[in-house]
Amino acid sequence: MTAAFWCIVEDDRAGRPKKVTAEVLGEATRLARQAGGQVEAVWLTDKATEDGLKQLAEWGAARVWLLEDPAFTPYRGEVWAPAVAELVGKETPRAIFGAVTSRQRELLARLAARLGVGLSADSVAFHLEDGELIATRPVYAGKLLSRAGWARTPWLATLRPNVFKGENPKPGASPQVERPPVAIATGRMALVERKEEVSMGLPELTEADIVVSGGRGLKGPENFSVLEELAKVLGAAVGASRAAVDAGWRPHRFQIGQTGRTISPKLYLGFGISGAIQHLAGMRTSKIIVAVNKDPDAPIFKVADYGIVGDLFEVAPLLTHEFKRLLEK
Amino acid sequence: MKILVPVKQVPDTATQVKVAGDGRRIETAGITWIVSPYDEFALEEALRIKEKRGEGEVVAVTLGPERAKEALRTCLAMGADRAIHLLDPLWEQADTLAVSRALAGVVKQEGPQLVLAGRQAIDDDMGAVGAQVAEFLGWPCASWIMEATVSADGASVRVARQVEGGLEIFDIRLPCVLSAQKGLNEPRYPTLKGIMGAKKKEIKDVRAADLGLTADGLQLSVVRLESLPPRPPGRILSGEAAVAVKELVRALREDAKAI
Repeated sequence: MTAAFWCIVEDDRAGRPKKVTAEVLGEATRLARQAGGQVEAVWLTDKATEDGLKQLAEWGAARVWLLEDPAFTPYRGEVWAPAVAELVGKETPRAIFGAVTSRQRELLARLAARLGVGLSADSVAFHLEDGELIATRPVYAGKLLSRAGWARTPWLATLRPNVFKGENPKPGASPQVERPPVAIATGRMALVERKEEVSMGLPELTEADIVVSGGRGLKGPENFSVLEELAKVLGAAVGASRAAVDAGWRPHRFQIGQTGRTISPKLYLGFGISGAIQHLAGMRTSKIIVAVNKDPDAPIFKVADYGIVGDLFEVAPLLTHEFKRLLEK
Repeated sequence: MKILVPVKQVPDTATQVKVAGDGRRIETAGITWIVSPYDEFALEEALRIKEKRGEGEVVAVTLGPERAKEALRTCLAMGADRAIHLLDPLWEQADTLAVSRALAGVVKQEGPQLVLAGRQAIDDDMGAVGAQVAEFLGWPCASWIMEATVSADGASVRVARQVEGGLEIFDIRLPCVLSAQKGLNEPRYPTLKGIMGAKKKEIKDVRAADLGLTADGLQLSVVRLESLPPRPPGRILSGEAAVAVKELVRALREDAKAI
């Protein structure tokens, strides 16, 4: 039997898989190719769309295990974990990968306990050594990298968004869709309501390709508008340092760092952020880091690819202007 | 209402960590230890629930070596009623799953209505223990909660769970596990009276055999621990702001291809 590499689908709650699932499928494809396995998607949803299923095939899923039931929305670990575990029992996949999202980080943890296997959470790299999977994950505020292996299969792991590459999509691919019957557990959690965040039309922090972030140097909550202007031009998300969040300038969900969100955008631009270790823990895997700070000794310059020592209130509007000119071309 | 709060003793964020000689663990000499910050949010919430109800018991529990007692004393000084120390050579190299299993064992013995954990410990950042304890017990679990209100009859809890793009509000029939996210509350500092009082409170040592547990093989083993490869030195763009900005935009476009 071919070794199956399963990827749990993250969707937009409207029947379409999100970009991060392309990344998870991409890494699974790379590993399955080396291990002689097959990549399969596992989708728990109240309603899948035809387009969504096709999308999964184009991203590399040879087969989609579709578990479609109203009980799967909203996500409840007590309902999802037994359903996936039942399927694992029948199909014995080699690996089960998920993305670091609110539901999957919990689901994979529950699943690991249910199956009695190891979990590598928030992984940033994988490789095979003599056919065994080794995962790399940052630990101790990102100061060290831990490489770890499993005692047995299935190998369970969550993957940090924006770190792994999706495969080139295969247009026109269509998946083999399986609808296996699974028992639906009765839950003790009942949804009362969902409160949407006030959208500023900017992308979600952990998913954004570009993140603009502000710290104490912004001097006040009203000055974040300077960064929002820049973010709009770049299609970027806006984040904040702990200092800015603790001062009440931005809600907690925007905090980047050890006690906030961990991000890995293609481009990170920090303004008025000193770069304390706890902040670096949340953004040091960004591909390109730009720092703007008045203090030439600010530690953030040690990790920055490009730095400007200067007044952010002068530099940020200039950057907005320059990027606008460039991107309008 | 009895509330159990699992905590972990971790190196202070600002502490230098070095890889130990075995290449798989950190050098523990000279480290400043703290209670993992998310666990403080969990403990604070437990104390507030007890205070609001005017009854109940808050039990802090940790798994770790002898030094981890300090973390329990901090919890007792903050206001926990008593503490349990899971202390056994069997657990010296425990992985996440073994820790979760041990904690679930304590929950079975103690029978709390609520387990309030931190969303993750800031040393290994695995963030799995809360959910795994729930799974071992067959309990519901809500992760990354921003609000928690226990119903007047003590039969359920209303929580706000942080998800992408918003909050999901759930009613959960107890018992259950909750994991605390930053923003849930502002943890109190231990008072002098609290610190003095903590010395009289009980810390009970519990061994694996007391929970009916035997050694379970590691499911995830660290093969190597490595320092981060240094980032290549960056470029400081000097000169007039307008000139530096122009050069930055050019470099991001043409050299780094980031735009």
